[in-house]
Amino acid sequence: MTTAVESEKGGLAGYLTAEVSRSPTQASLQRLYFGCRRFAQNPLAMIGFTILMVLLLIAIFAPWIAPYPMNEQNLQTRLLPPSGDHFFGTDELGRDIFSRVVYGSRITLQITTLVAVIAAPIGLIMGTTSGYFGGWTDTILMRITDIFLSFPPLILALGFVAALGPGIRNAVIAIALTVWPPIARLARAETLTVRSSDYIAAIRAQGAPAWRIVVKHVMPMCLSSVIIRITLNMAGIILTAAALGFLGLGAQPPMPEWGAMLSTGRQYLLGSWFLAASPGLAILVVSLAFNLFGDGLRDVLDPRDE
Amino acid sequence: MAVTDVSRKAAVQSKLPPWVWDAWRIGSSAIVTLLGLLALTFFMGRMLPIDPVIAIVGEQADASTYDMVYKQLGLDRPLYVQFGYFMRDMLSGNFGNALFTGNKVSDDLMRVFPATIELATIAITIGVSVGVPIGVLAAVYRGSPIDHLARILGLLGYSTPTFWLGLMGLVLFYAVLGWVGGPGRLDVFYIDIVDRRTGMLLVDAAIAGEWEVWQNAFSHIVLPASILSFASMAFISRLTRSFMLAQLSQEYILAARVKGLSKWKVIRKHAFRNIAVQLVTVISLAYVILLEGAVVTETVFAWPGFGRYLVSGLLAGDMNAVLACVLIVGTLFITINLICDLLYRILDPRTR
Repeated sequence: MTTAVESEKGGLAGYLTAEVSRSPTQASLQRLYFGCRRFAQNPLAMIGFTILMVLLLIAIFAPWIAPYPMNEQNLQTRLLPPSGDHFFGTDELGRDIFSRVVYGSRITLQITTLVAVIAAPIGLIMGTTSGYFGGWTDTILMRITDIFLSFPPLILALGFVAALGPGIRNAVIAIALTVWPPIARLARAETLTVRSSDYIAAIRAQGAPAWRIVVKHVMPMCLSSVIIRITLNMAGIILTAAALGFLGLGAQPPMPEWGAMLSTGRQYLLGSWFLAASPGLAILVVSLAFNLFGDGLRDVLDPRDE
Repeated sequence: MAVTDVSRKAAVQSKLPPWVWDAWRIGSSAIVTLLGLLALTFFMGRMLPIDPVIAIVGEQADASTYDMVYKQLGLDRPLYVQFGYFMRDMLSGNFGNALFTGNKVSDDLMRVFPATIELATIAITIGVSVGVPIGVLAAVYRGSPIDHLARILGLLGYSTPTFWLGLMGLVLFYAVLGWVGGPGRLDVFYIDIVDRRTGMLLVDAAIAGEWEVWQNAFSHIVLPASILSFASMAFISRLTRSFMLAQLSQEYILAARVKGLSKWKVIRKHAFRNIAVQLVTVISLAYVILLEGAVVTETVFAWPGFGRYLVSGLLAGDMNAVLACVLIVGTLFITINLICDLLYRILDPRTR
């Protein structure tokens, strides 16, 4: 992001760093530019961002990066330790673990994206509705949120998976059901601060219906904190999804999901440790990257903490 | 804030101390949450795609048996009556039978819980005794290498999949180095030597005076407990750091220093005492979160506790066992939160 902006200096640099912005577009572009600059100054956040970009590239170009097809079995080369031919070794069916980890990045990204896409709107709608309308609506919606919050996430996800049945689709639903409540809380708190502001009163005086105020004027104000929150939650989502896969309740073999790979690796643990080592390391690196990225994003968008 | 305001107003009218009103408000909201918890677990039980009657009588049962069990389960009644039955059973601790063990779920839970409590208690002890000092040091020497170390430790604690760490720990410390015992609570030839009293092996062995068994049990628990403690260590040290930083920037700290007290005396006697209440709440919260971590850690270490019971129930599709476990953890979570909240209000005069 930043490199693209900085490489076109000259008129653009003047436009972006002007002390007085002449249009709303310029103002928001300037904010974005300074945000990116602050983000780029945070080395840990940049490391996180780079890892995530690499992960995205790996997921997109998986078939070209992986030296073997993900499900190609070769029983003559089973349980081989890491070598030049097989970077991470081979598993119990002779499949190349490196290739499977590479393909697994697609599943991990899919799960996190889907969970975010499902959970963020639910949380946003619940929170803003609750905060804007107040009264009984608020009491009821926040009670429901509290109930969901009163379980540790993995236990709640396990309960839902038990009810829905194992599988990756149900795992996504179950995880999403555990992710929305903190977002709803956050969105409600943000709504409460903007609800009584003058611009909302002005729009209301113009006769805008409540739903329009909530959707067009309250929700956008909550977006940045919701985005930070969900980015910070990504690490937790990945860990929960992997834990479900590991317990045999999420993605099912032969899918190269990292948690499920760990679960089979466990059976060959003492003889062939490398079966479990690399998928777990992949989970660690990605969730670490999300944590670093989320921390950096919070410092930029929400400087209250520092 | 709002709660305290309302409570104060109510207290002024009735001349009762405000904390009584706080307790009432918090308590009543906890009861509502508990009811919601029951409703949610009830709903989970009804979502199940498996027919509960067939799960009991089997596919081959004739229609009359099916109808009988259908009525016995109360499935012919309206949903709210069914919910009433469900509430009555759950509140009286009657969770039904676990199909995969053949025992009552409540008996099973009594059997498996001590193993988890033992594991979680050792884990929280490790977590606190490492996490709190690190947090304090990181706050006192802000920006120093120890602060960075604490931050890295925290990030790793939040990002590491515990089950993977457990597996790698087993490979390294058990298979390669041989420092610790393997999966399970004891080696085979130590099993059933000591009588079961509390269900916590370390305690039972100590009561029986069987120190060899105690040593063996300890060598088995030390690795899973350390790994379980890792995430809570990160959580505790991060929050200790931020609590401590908030205190250290206060003027009374400066005043105490100006008075001539040594740096560490001020930290120990003034700053730390002020964060103690917050720490207690954080630690009790971390303890309940450990129960969640126990689910995967126990699976990795074949630890016959609550978490493994829940997973076995899940894999067997045994809804009675699963719902009981989910409900109990939820209730524990609410209770601990409630106690923390009350403790906070009673011990910390600033919240009044």
